Amino acid sequence: MTQLSEHQFTVVIKKDCPTCEMIETVLAELIATYPGKVTIYVQDDPSFPESIENKIDDTSLEFSYRNNIEIVPTLICSSESKESARTYGWDKAEWRRLTNLSSLGESLDSFKPGCGSKTLEPGMEEQLIARFDDKLLSSRNIQLADLEDDAEGCYERGWSDGLPVIPPTRVRVIRMLKGTDRSPGEIIGNIPPDNAPCTIEKVAINAVLAGCKPEYFPIVLASVQAALQDKFCMHGLLCTTYFSGPVMIVNGPVVQQVGLNNGINALGQGSRANATIGRALQLLIRNVGGGVPGGIDRAVMGNPGKYTFCFAEDESDADWSTLAQDRGFERSESVINLFAGEGLQPIVDQKSRDPDSLARNMAASLRAVVNTKLYGVADAVLVVCPEHRRVFREGGWNKDDLKNALYDNLMTPGSELILGAQGIAEGMPEKFENKVIGKFRDDGLHITSTGSKAGMFSAIISGWVASGERGSQLVSQRI
Amino acid sequence: MSSTVMLDPTSELTPADRQILPRLETLKDATVGLLDISKPRGKEFLDEIEKHLISLGATVKRYKKPTFARVAPKELNQQISVECDAVIEGLAD
Repeated sequence: MTQLSEHQFTVVIKKDCPTCEMIETVLAELIATYPGKVTIYVQDDPSFPESIENKIDDTSLEFSYRNNIEIVPTLICSSESKESARTYGWDKAEWRRLTNLSSLGESLDSFKPGCGSKTLEPGMEEQLIARFDDKLLSSRNIQLADLEDDAEGCYERGWSDGLPVIPPTRVRVIRMLKGTDRSPGEIIGNIPPDNAPCTIEKVAINAVLAGCKPEYFPIVLASVQAALQDKFCMHGLLCTTYFSGPVMIVNGPVVQQVGLNNGINALGQGSRANATIGRALQLLIRNVGGGVPGGIDRAVMGNPGKYTFCFAEDESDADWSTLAQDRGFERSESVINLFAGEGLQPIVDQKSRDPDSLARNMAASLRAVVNTKLYGVADAVLVVCPEHRRVFREGGWNKDDLKNALYDNLMTPGSELILGAQGIAEGMPEKFENKVIGKFRDDGLHITSTGSKAGMFSAIISGWVASGERGSQLVSQRI
Repeated sequence: MSSTVMLDPTSELTPADRQILPRLETLKDATVGLLDISKPRGKEFLDEIEKHLISLGATVKRYKKPTFARVAPKELNQQISVECDAVIEGLAD
């Protein structure tokens, strides 16, 4: 029974509630006064209260769920199956007013708060939605065979990147959707390479597969929107024979809120948020977009970051602009940046104590992006470690000073770079022979900062050889 | 059926039932394994199948399970998957 009965009064109680126990005499009085007009629903033990007959078993919680019971006891007054009033807990004056019984509960105190409804126990709401709300989700149900292992079933259906996934049950997907206010049926965009329409619900299912917590879900959604920006060229990035994949760099308050790692081993293993947020986008592209290695994904080698590559920026230096600020956002905003990149090339410098020396060293290492003789084809992200950042700050440099020095130091005579120069066939076209050229296009070198406080090791995330307007550009999306 | 129900993470452009692997378009130059499950007279039956396959241009390799009562050993499965383009398993009764 899910509709309010024709009875005038409905009371929802549970045994595990001292207030419900206390009002047993009140219920008896109510039933005696209004025979056949009172319905009692019991959430936990249908034998309770013993002195009252004809209670209704609501251990399934269907009535409580459908009638939004938040506290027990709840008294609902109704006429013609429509609710007219309700009160909860024991408020003697209110119960007397609603029941029109001026002496109801005479021997009881005037007020005693109730207990939480079982429908609100942690983890229960998703169970109830999964059980009783069949309109919320529209994805196809996949029923496992007898004795079929759920984790193996995910592998066999091709949903995994090779690592185990969390089986996407209805309850887990509903729980994930609690991470956003957006409707499950809303289309977030068409996912390449198949350009298949993708709902918020599909993103949630893949976030479950990836192992995300619901609190990560807004970041995952923002990553999908970023990937779908035309400037990012997700389709081409997926199809390329080159190594690259999406690299996520997260800025803003959300980093602390969800525990994204921007300290020790920030680009390594060990952080659930880093690992699963990056993975969710890749699984979505695989499962909804149809981007499968050996199919549309034609990478010669790929790179380990195509499992997941997500980290957060260390924003502890207020005078060193964040990547999001460089992209026009405020420090107070949470932002995800997506870069088409791969790998990690270290820059070791434990000797430089002045900014100029350190910048020269970084520039020399940056020259190796893609190929020491190929200029202007690939963007890069320079990841400055906190100790190197300190060298710049103590030398009076800010990020712009560093960027300008890098561009200056990377200006190179074309004669060193053209085809055949240095005895290497690969290189720049001969038309550059008498020019001095820069390694990166104007918006092609991005600087971020992360990692532990100790150790003078920065790094380069090399970009896709199809960087820039002809391919992919770094994109940013507010979370 | 199991009580476990999962939600499909895909675009649902393909059927929910798991699909069989692509079939061979021709037997010419293909290597086909014939798996004898060790039931009596299976060998004679598979001998005839082998003649047909060879006449269609296939190379045939013969394998045998130790007993029909149990699934094939992992090593035998792996050997067949490495050596053959297709396999015919001789179920019989």
